[in-house]
Amino acid sequence: MKRKFRIGEFLIEQAIRSIAFVSLAMIVLIIIFVFRETFPIFSSHNAAPSVIAKEEVQETYGEPTSSSSVSANKGVDAVEGDASLKNLTGREWQPVSGQPKFGLIPLIVGSLKVTLIAILIAAPFGILAALFTSVFAPRWAQELMKPAIEILAGIPSVVIGFFALIVLASFFQNVFGYTYRLNAFVGGVALSLAVMPIIYTITEDALTRVPKVMTEASLALGATKWQTALFVILPAATPGVFAAVLLGIGRAFGETMIVLMATGNAAMLSWNLFEPVRSMTATIGAEMAEVVFGDTHYNVLFLIGSILFAFAFTLNAIAEVFIRQRLMKRFEGI
Amino acid sequence: MKKLALLTLTALVLLGSVVSAESITVKGSDTMVILAQRWAEIYMAKHPGTVIQVTGGGSGTGISALVNGTTDICNSSRPMKKGEKDKLKIRFNSLGVEIKSAKDGLSIYVNESNPVKELTLDQIKKIYTGNFTNWKQVGGPDAKIILYSRENNSGTYVYMKDNVLGGEDFSPSAQNMPGTAAVVNAIAKDKYGVGYGGAAYAKGIRMVGVKKDASSPAYEPTAENVKSGNYPISRYLFMYTKSRPTGAMKEYIDWILSSEGQEIVVKVGYFPVK
Repeated sequence: MKRKFRIGEFLIEQAIRSIAFVSLAMIVLIIIFVFRETFPIFSSHNAAPSVIAKEEVQETYGEPTSSSSVSANKGVDAVEGDASLKNLTGREWQPVSGQPKFGLIPLIVGSLKVTLIAILIAAPFGILAALFTSVFAPRWAQELMKPAIEILAGIPSVVIGFFALIVLASFFQNVFGYTYRLNAFVGGVALSLAVMPIIYTITEDALTRVPKVMTEASLALGATKWQTALFVILPAATPGVFAAVLLGIGRAFGETMIVLMATGNAAMLSWNLFEPVRSMTATIGAEMAEVVFGDTHYNVLFLIGSILFAFAFTLNAIAEVFIRQRLMKRFEGI
Repeated sequence: MKKLALLTLTALVLLGSVVSAESITVKGSDTMVILAQRWAEIYMAKHPGTVIQVTGGGSGTGISALVNGTTDICNSSRPMKKGEKDKLKIRFNSLGVEIKSAKDGLSIYVNESNPVKELTLDQIKKIYTGNFTNWKQVGGPDAKIILYSRENNSGTYVYMKDNVLGGEDFSPSAQNMPGTAAVVNAIAKDKYGVGYGGAAYAKGIRMVGVKKDASSPAYEPTAENVKSGNYPISRYLFMYTKSRPTGAMKEYIDWILSSEGQEIVVKVGYFPVK
């Protein structure tokens, strides 16, 4: 039977299709833009020769008449840095300098440190909370807990950062008595507040997707509720839990505001958890606004962006594989 | 019909008067944004025909805006770099015009419980480059010095680096804070912290006296000492224009440099150039 052609339906269909393609195109354009701005690093970077003749001097206007001996601001002209591989893999991040150093190692280590702390705190709490709500909690507690934790995800990261900066930092310093008030640990704890709801929600979804048959079979065989939860439900949902943790890592790695506010932002290279760090995202956030466009520093910031992008893309892809393929396949036969 | 024509005519006249009002945009240094706003407010109250828009964003942002032609005047707490002058030259065939509009003393803050009362320029340099790491090296208690600095896009950071550190790099352990207020806040909470920035009077912190060298007397960053040049770390706050100011812009800049404009500088907490 031939379908009747309806003009309204056709238009709506086309509109939705074009919206979908536009959003796809936008993502592609963002990727192209980020990589395009990174690219000049890899091509030979010759600084443009100065166009100013030696004898030219900048004009002044309304010169102060008093000849006070104020130490006039000397401007030391920065040399355009080279972004050779050697410089990029250096151990120092000093982008504004007589000899700019674009060592990415301290920034990468900084990001990893904060992410590690955040995940070590958020993953156990998030997973156990999800297990509790989906298996043990009575109906009313379930209905209270899920929205409550999801609201936590809705708190703007600036607010969490501010809370960490003012309250958490002083509290932890009094408790642990470490030297630096703002450090990777404070940032990691604050970050875990942002990551936990993600891990919780996705884990909870995975746990509730475990077919009732499996739970009932386990209970019928005489297993206790605890045994069922830990040895039947949780293992069955492992791919989902794994994906939750991966997405949590992605969120922690990409979070900017909390890290910018709470970690002290010093590009120190050390594995001490109680020393300040400067993460990759915070570096872009703090420096991009004022960098000279087209400068090597500008390109290096885009390189950091590309690295972050590649990292997030890989994590999301792996997480997708785990949820889509493994988890779904596992429950298919039941 | 007649009514409509009249209405259109009125609208056109009104529109015309808006367009004919002189409009000046000012953009740049966050250090100067309050000062620039105060100038603009008072000037506009006296000259209703001139509209002045002031925005911050930072010295570098302001200079970029000048190069891109999106602002008439840019505020900067540091002199223009060579690369920036290059860009201006390529774009407008002019090196720009520098106007010294106010003076600022850079204070060194410590926590109020810190017994260190004065530092020489050399000691400050050694502290910030990481050669001195303990307060007892400068006559204080036996405790680690916690360095607070500004983000590297700040004019204050560049000034400190070029003029106090002699172009050397800050120690990697210096924590970069977004803004003077954040530095002050951190030091008020950190017993062994040290920071730098414009004059700030806040609870919990103290400004140390600064000596040019070990044998000279220490000066506090007061108006007197900054104006006379006795306080060793002071800087100019600049305004830049593309070309020699004319018309409304000239009037505005002349007014800023007049005693009336400079009085406002003092009220805001900086120091006059004249």
